[in-house]
Amino acid sequence: MLATRIIPCLDVEDGRVVKGIKFKNIRDAGDPVELAALYDKQGADELTFLDIGASYRSREIMIKVVEQVSSQVFIPLTVGGGIREVADMRRILNAGADKVAICTAAINNPSLISEGAEKFGSQCIVLSIDAKRDGDSWNAYINGGRMNAGIDVLEWAKKGEKLGAGEILLNSIDMDGTKLGYDLELNRTVSELVKIPVIASGGAGTLEQMYDVIVKGKADAVLLASLLHYGEYKIADIKKYLNEKGVCVR
Amino acid sequence: MIAIIDYGAGNLKSVKKALDYINVESRIIADSNGLNEAKKVVLPGVGAFGAAIEKLHESGFYDALKDWLQSNKPFLGICLGMQLLLESSSETIGVKGLAVFEGENLRFTKGKVPQIGWNQIQIKDESRLLDGIPDRSFFYFLHGYYISPANHDLVTATTEYRINYPSIIENGNIYAVQFHPEKSGDVGLKLLRNWVDLC
Repeated sequence: MLATRIIPCLDVEDGRVVKGIKFKNIRDAGDPVELAALYDKQGADELTFLDIGASYRSREIMIKVVEQVSSQVFIPLTVGGGIREVADMRRILNAGADKVAICTAAINNPSLISEGAEKFGSQCIVLSIDAKRDGDSWNAYINGGRMNAGIDVLEWAKKGEKLGAGEILLNSIDMDGTKLGYDLELNRTVSELVKIPVIASGGAGTLEQMYDVIVKGKADAVLLASLLHYGEYKIADIKKYLNEKGVCVR
Repeated sequence: MIAIIDYGAGNLKSVKKALDYINVESRIIADSNGLNEAKKVVLPGVGAFGAAIEKLHESGFYDALKDWLQSNKPFLGICLGMQLLLESSSETIGVKGLAVFEGENLRFTKGKVPQIGWNQIQIKDESRLLDGIPDRSFFYFLHGYYISPANHDLVTATTEYRINYPSIIENGNIYAVQFHPEKSGDVGLKLLRNWVDLC
């Protein structure tokens, strides 16, 4: 059976992992290459790196990070942040990434999805959607969740799939960082709407909430950041819990 | 030397990096003359069936690879590199594959498409490729189409994704896998090692 994926997400700025990661037994907690190797050993199914540095320099360093990680860690690697054109995608993929995640640039220029899918294949293109609830619906946000793009998330997800996105990374702005659980309705609605896999992000605080977003929210994968970085849960513990509840994990 | 065929289909470097990591000499070749020095060939690939065949024709690899395969020289096809061995694909109707094996590629009709993630192999037949790799091991898959060969004796392992489909085939020195060993962690590296050493 296809396993539900657990994907650690690392925010990188100027070649350093940020967000105050607290790992023991690591010489340098901020080194993305070391952390990638560690998460790989702990059973991560994929890795996602987000370049949150807005500068040209930060992006150049990211390329080097991707080259290093992909020479030492042999699980799929997604890279997002600051990708604006096909040439950016090519550089990141050539450096060793398997997929690129695009959010703001895709909303500003939807043809970036189709151009990327045509050049590199749909499997390379992850459409990242930052969703914020507005009554009975959700709006897609851009610029790191700071600006309402005025686009309905469900319509955008459907359109993104049609344009050739291979996966959707669905982040709930409302739940992000709250530890109160995922927006299950958002996840389920999007997951049932599209035929491509949906990665749930934002809101995890407990193992039960992760189970809920997989079973009730129909998520195909779960993206985790601070919960893992702060050592509250280890990937092995999460998988053990899910496995005991009947979810297929690796 | 192991030749990794470059026909513009991406992810070549992942295969190269994995072979580098296990200290095996390999070279990415974009010219079919490069096959003259090669002992083994890897045909990797992600992307579309039709575009890949077109590229193989343009670069002169189509005929060179057919010769290679017909002489039963050591070969490993990965993902699309497996699918190209068959006659055709419903992904691109009317385009003829390398046609080493009878059969076609079909699109998944159930579940999320593409299948993305770690899935298990069910071993059907002993294989050197799987030396030391347990039944039900997880590998990383990423595909919307699967092979449907006419000859089931080719099938070494299958995988279940709503349906049961072949995930490893072999015939003589020709091996092909639907998953990405270069992205399947330790077990994937082990499989590559086996192919280099034993197959």
